[in-house]
Formats: sequence, structure tokens, C-alpha cells
Amino acid sequence: MSITIQNVKKQFGDFTAVDNVSIDIESGELIALLGPSGSGKTSLLRIIAGLEQLDEGAILFDGENITNIHAKERNIGFVFQHYALFRHMTVFDNVAYGLKVRPRKTRPSKKEIRDKVMTLLSLVKLENFADRYPNQLSGGQRQRVALARALAVEPKVLLLDEPFGALDAKVRKDLRRWLRKMHNEFHVTSIFVTHDQEEALDVADRIVVMNKGHIEQVGPPEEVYDHPNSPFVYDFLGNVNLFKGRMQNGQLVNGNFSVDVPEAETTSEAEAIGYVRPHDIHIERTKTFDDAVQANIIYIHAIGPIVQIELHRDDIDEYLEAELPKEQFRALELKRGEQVYIRPRQLKVFIPEDFSI
Amino acid sequence: MVISLDSSKQSVKADPTSLKEPRIVRIALTTLSLLFLFIFLVMPLAVIFISALRKGLDVYVASITESDALSAIQLTLLVAVIAVPLNTLFGIIAAWCITKFNFKGRNLLITIIDLPFAVSPVIAGLVFILVFGAQGLFGEWFLNHDFPIVFALPGILLASLFVTVPFVARELIPLMQAQGTQEEEASVSLGANGFQTFWHVTLPNIKWGLLYGVILCNARVMGEFGAVSVVSGHVRGLTNTMPLHIEVLYNEYQFTAAFAVASLMSLLAILTIIIKNIIEWKTAHR
Amino acid sequence: MTLSQHTTTPTKRKKITVLPGFKLTLGYTVLYISILVLLPLSTLVWNTMQLSWADFWAVITDPRVVASYKVTFGTALIAAMINVIFGTMIAWVLVRYDFFGKKLIDGLVDLPFALPTAVAGIALTALYAPNGWIGQFLPFQVAFTPLGIIVALTFIGLPFVVRTVQPVLENVGAESEEASASLGANRLQTFTKVIFPELIPAILTGFTLAFSRALGEYGSVVFIAGNMPMKTEITPLMIMTKLEQYDYAGATAIAVVMLVASFVILLVMNTIQWLVSRKYTV
Repeated sequence: MSITIQNVKKQFGDFTAVDNVSIDIESGELIALLGPSGSGKTSLLRIIAGLEQLDEGAILFDGENITNIHAKERNIGFVFQHYALFRHMTVFDNVAYGLKVRPRKTRPSKKEIRDKVMTLLSLVKLENFADRYPNQLSGGQRQRVALARALAVEPKVLLLDEPFGALDAKVRKDLRRWLRKMHNEFHVTSIFVTHDQEEALDVADRIVVMNKGHIEQVGPPEEVYDHPNSPFVYDFLGNVNLFKGRMQNGQLVNGNFSVDVPEAETTSEAEAIGYVRPHDIHIERTKTFDDAVQANIIYIHAIGPIVQIELHRDDIDEYLEAELPKEQFRALELKRGEQVYIRPRQLKVFIPEDFSI
Repeated sequence: MVISLDSSKQSVKADPTSLKEPRIVRIALTTLSLLFLFIFLVMPLAVIFISALRKGLDVYVASITESDALSAIQLTLLVAVIAVPLNTLFGIIAAWCITKFNFKGRNLLITIIDLPFAVSPVIAGLVFILVFGAQGLFGEWFLNHDFPIVFALPGILLASLFVTVPFVARELIPLMQAQGTQEEEASVSLGANGFQTFWHVTLPNIKWGLLYGVILCNARVMGEFGAVSVVSGHVRGLTNTMPLHIEVLYNEYQFTAAFAVASLMSLLAILTIIIKNIIEWKTAHR
Repeated sequence: MTLSQHTTTPTKRKKITVLPGFKLTLGYTVLYISILVLLPLSTLVWNTMQLSWADFWAVITDPRVVASYKVTFGTALIAAMINVIFGTMIAWVLVRYDFFGKKLIDGLVDLPFALPTAVAGIALTALYAPNGWIGQFLPFQVAFTPLGIIVALTFIGLPFVVRTVQPVLENVGAESEEASASLGANRLQTFTKVIFPELIPAILTGFTLAFSRALGEYGSVVFIAGNMPMKTEITPLMIMTKLEQYDYAGATAIAVVMLVASFVILLVMNTIQWLVSRKYTV
């Protein structure tokens, strides 16, 4: 089922949680709503589910306006942040609940319910836990029960609120892969909310980056990561080094370093910030580029294939983080306390007054 | 970078030796506390049962099976059977309204529900005399229609309802507040209607708190003295509840009989406490 | 320079409207409470207004009534303070120490909540009467004096302080006590400077509950008080006496004074509590 979100607005008192948001989601897509807390992502998800009323705008499922349709009639599956499992019911009864509460006419028979629940439980690898209560399960197991419960009603849309938020790192990674697999199997249109950029980049077909109630950027993970269209998205997705400086004759001047900003030739005397990803910092032992600046290696974190290096610039009192592949690191034979020359390979400049660049 | 949000705060247990009072202080405090509780709780209980049985089991049985005593017991049970369900229903409805929705005047409503706790029982009785008594607002109308409220069962019922309005609501509100609305939302999102959600999801979650409120409400309804004393008119064999019957017997120097009826009420109190502790044990071990 | 943020979504969200029954339950709640509580209470005001100011003043300043205020207020205050001291101590002992029969004792603390007040009244009278189990050993009289009233009110109010302090004491973090000890404080210092301040709001709540309950208490007091005019008559009894004389106006006037007094006390205590909790909330 395709979902169309049209100019949705939601206000809580004076606080605008969702501000004129529009998104088109195609049938079968897996979408991540990514943003910091208070960005309106959860409110938006709850509005789509019908758990929250919107103030303005409309929600369309397959082109049909369902804005005024009650949550229980929308045929959605909602996975709650803290799972909201019914704590007094067994795993089996939790998963069966949505089928059991159907009106008599559409309710499956006892046997059908049983078969369906057991199929789902084996799918989430919990067939041996049917008689357990939620408090006898681990966090990851509870999450899988919550998912099975949502899938039991054969929803046309699956909505997940911070699905992995309360789990520890290892379980989180496993469940991520598993959600992806699940989505490929069921191919139900899914939207999940997360504040974890890595999670969004890893799982989603498309990412919707939200901030202060509005959408910053929508796009596939590579696009959003490699070509952020605002400082916020740069900040929020991955680590970044800031080159704060002033614009002079179309150049960003930052300490001894300056770089041409072709898009802003006419801008002068304005504050500007250059954004550089750690892996876009070039490190060399001898100065080959004119604009390279001197820096001191403060700390080397050399675990894994990517080596992280903390640097302190000599020209201005600022710290930088660089990343380079291990082979390159070995070839350079870098050591703590050594002097090196650094230079950003790629840098995106935003002038604070005018983010339109 | 992955940060675990698991917030299982496990406070480290203190090393018992470095963080305890000197042994002598501990013994003194414990002894003093136990002595206080013995004098104030154990002795009153003991004196009731011993005084009740002082003249032997025959007198005891006779005291509680005498016709006025039996009618007092009947009346008390009748009041409880009507008043407790009414206030239980009210408590559930009020708690649902207050905890599941956010509206203006919510805190005011909570305060008003609590109001009877702050009003002397005697005043609780008085207000019903003022409304329904012979000189009261609606008193004449009810008298003319041969439906006496004051000095009759309806008055006793109203006074009992008044003093116990908050009991169930007060137990349920914090409980339902703490449980939040997520399970109910999950139920609705799975297609359940309002009644199914309440019956299958909310009620099982609050059942122990509800039972706790109900038994406390019941204990108070059966034991209420001040408010009922004002509106009952003390018609022996007709409008005397058990506590009022105890008073009558006591004032007539029938101490053994008074304590015999009192011992029945004490058994009810002990039963209430036992149920309460079972509930607490149940909820703590889930 | 790490810029990604890791925070959980705030839950201070407005309650949802997807659950049914708002109008129905609100309507029922308001109707029920209005008929049962608000309307009857408002007749107090209506009846008072039937009284001229001079009559009202004459009733509420009658020396016998004024004496009853003093008895009621004084005994309630003393009983509530006894409850604060012993209630805190009992809560401490129940939470911190282990001894035989602790579970039983803990359960017994609720007895005054469950025992009918009239039953408590005759039991305490039997104990403290001059020939009673306790009364006969005491060099002074307890029953039929203000002391007796204090005893009854102490019994009635006992669970309030214990039950409000207990949960707080259970949650006072061992960490802050350990920190205090590690910084060189002795046990008494740790108690007075670290633990006790955390207990203050709960103690105040318990005090307020016990005190306001004691002000209105009737059943347990009438038996042990002896009800001697000017000496051991409590204000609720004055209302009762007026009612027995069919002096409804007089009863109403005294009831209004009592209600106003207890609301003022609640207001004052709540304000104090608000100030205290504001001071101690980190």
C-alpha cells in the first residue's frame, strides 16, 4: 500500500511537533524517519497510525483519504517503542490478540488462529516460547513478539517506533538485519522511527531526515550521507569536522587554510562553516599541497580496518578527527605526537545566514 | 558508533558493616518500635477478644445471635453490598477518565474526588440531614411521598457512599498513571474496540490494585461510625449498623456483648489486612 | 568531534484521543461526584447564609465551642507529632532492620485503617480506663482526659506516617549513603545530613494526613474522651450535640468553621511541602 502524507501539521499547545510535512511513500518501501528527539518523527508515525489526531493536512492510503478513519480500522501494524506487550498474557495470547478480538463474523476459527500464531512464532524463532510471559523474555525476544503480534493482523502498513532503541548493541545489529529480511519476505510498506543514523543508513530504502517538525532531506541512504543538503543533515549523519571561518573574495578562510567556494564568489565578510567528513581529511608527512596546514597527532585509535586519528591544528586552536584505511596508516607510519600536514579533500561550505547554497 | 540505551540501573548494595548503626542503637530502636506497636496495636486487639470471651463461649454466641445484633449485621452487610459496588464502578470510571485522557480541570477533579477524606465524618452525615432532613431542602418532599431518607437506609447508604467515594479511585489513579496508555493503544491498533480493550488489557493489569481499593472501601463502609451515626437515628433493630450497635451496647454497660460484636468487626479488619498483604505479595512477586 | 545525538524521545506528549469513552466517563464522574459530594456540601454554605452574622458569630464563639476547638486542635497536633516521631522510627526499623516476625508487624501497622473507629474507641477505653490493663499501672488518669483523646488520635493516625515514609526510605539510594560514609561522615551525620532531608517531604505528607484525619475524627474519641464540657469535648461532638437538640443552624455554623479550618491547614501544609520539595529537588 502506498502512503501519501499531505501537508500534515500537529501542534501540542504552543509546540509545533509536525510542521507542514509531505512525503510520498511507495508500496513496499522501507522508510526510516530519522531525527533527534523532539523532531516530530514519533508524532508523525503516530499520526499515520491514527493514534494521534492531526490538526491540518491529510493521510492517504493507496490514494484514499483515511484521515478520519479510526486507528483500529486502518489495518496497520504498530510496534511500540517499549513493545507494549500485554504483560498478563502469554506470548501466544499476545500474538493471537488481534485475531481474537475480531467480530465473530470475520474471526478465524480457534485452529486457524493457532496455526497462524505458531507460523508467526516460528518465523520469529520463538515457537518454544509460546507459553512464556513477556517478563520472562529478553529485550530482543520481546521485540520479536511485538513484531509477530503486529504482523498477525496482516497489516497493509507496518509502523515501528524506535524498534531497537532499548536493546543492547549486539542484539540491535542482529535485529536490524532480521528486520530487513522480514521486510523482503512480507514486502509490506514499513516506516520506522529512529534517532540512530547508523540504523537508518543500514536498513532503510529511503531516509526521511526530520528536524524541529519539518523535513530536512529525503533520499536513499547514500544520497543523504554523501550529499547532505543542510548543515543539520551533515551534523546528524555521521561524524564531521567543522572549518569555521570567514568568506573573503569567494574563499573560505580558516586559519592558514583557505579554499575556493565557487558558488559564493560574491559573498564576502560573512561567517561560514565548512563541513568535512573524517575520511575526507588527507594526511601527509611532507607538505606537498600549498594549502595543507600543520597539525599534531594527539591520539591514535587503531582498532579495526579504519584507523581514527585525533589531531590538533597548529595554526588555530582546534581539534580534528581523521579516518584512514589501515594500509595507508601503516604506510605513513604515523605515531602519536608527530607533526603532519592535513588538508580536506572535499569540503562543503554553508554560510549560516543563507543555507540555500 | 552504537550506544546502548539499556538503562537497567543496578544500585550496588551497601556494605552492611560500614553503613549500619551501632548494635546498641539498632536494638534500642527496634525494641522501642516494637513496644510502641505492642501497646498501640496488639493490646487493643487482644483486649477486644479477651473481653468478648470473658464470660464464656455461650454468652459470646448469644451476644452475636441476639436479634438486634443480627439485624445490625444484616443492615451492615446490605449497606456494603450496595455501596461498595457503586463506589467501585465510580472509581474505575473516574480513574479511566483521569488517567487515559488529558483535559482542563483534571487536577481539580482529582482534588474534588479526594475531598471526602478531608471532611469530618460527622459533617458528612450533617450535610445529608441538611438536604433530606425534616427541615432540609428536599426533606418535606420525601416525607410527603413516604420515602424517608434520613433516619432510614437511604441516608445510611448516602453517608457511607460519601465517606468512601475516594477509596477505589485513589488506588487506581496512580497505578493506571504509571502503566500509561501504550498497552491500550497496542490493543486498539490491533483492531480491538473500547470494551474489549478495557476487558482484556486494562482490567487484568489493574485487578490487584482494584481489589485492594475494594477491600479498603468495604472495611470503611462496614466500620463507618461518625457519618452513619448522624443520619441513622439509632432505631434499634432497624437503622443500627454494627458500629452503632456496639455503641448502644457499650452505653448500656453490656460490655461483653459490645466486645463480642466488636470482635466480629475486628475479624473483618484482620481479614482485610491479610488480603491486603497477599495482594502486596502477589504484585511484588510478578 | 562527534555530533550525532543519542537521546530518547520525550514522553511528555499530550494524551492520545484514540481511546474511547472520554465524554461518557467524564460525564459520569462529574455527575456522581456532584450529586454525592458537591451538592450536599454546598447546602452547608446555603444553610449558613440563612443565619445572621451575629447569630453565626454567637454560635461559633460560644465558650464551650471555643474550648472544643482548643481540645481538638491541641490533641490532634500532639498526636500527629507523636506519629511523626514514632512513625518515622517504625518505618526505619521496618525497612532497615531484620527481626523475627517483621512481616507480621509490618502488616499489623495497617490495623487502624481497617479497624472500625468505634471498635478502636471501646478497646482503647478498656485499656486506659482507671481499672484497665494499662490504666491501672499508670500514676495519672488517661481515659476521660485530653490524654485519652491523644491516645485515640495517635492510634488513628499511626499508619499515615509509617506508610508514607516507608517507600521513600526504601528508595533512598545506598549510593548517597556510601558517598557520605566515604567522605568521612559518621553514621549520625549521614542520617541527619543525607537521609533525613530526603525524608522530610514524606514526613510532612504523613503529618498532614494524620493531622487532618485527627481533626475530624469522632468514633474512636467519643468513647475515651468522657465528653466533659470545656475539658474533653471535641468539635465534631459539638456538631453532634447541636444536631441532637435539632439546632441545625448551630451545627452548620460549627461545621463551616471546621471545614474552613481544615482547608486552611491543608493549604498551609501543601505550601510548606511545595517549598520544601522545591528546595530538595535536584
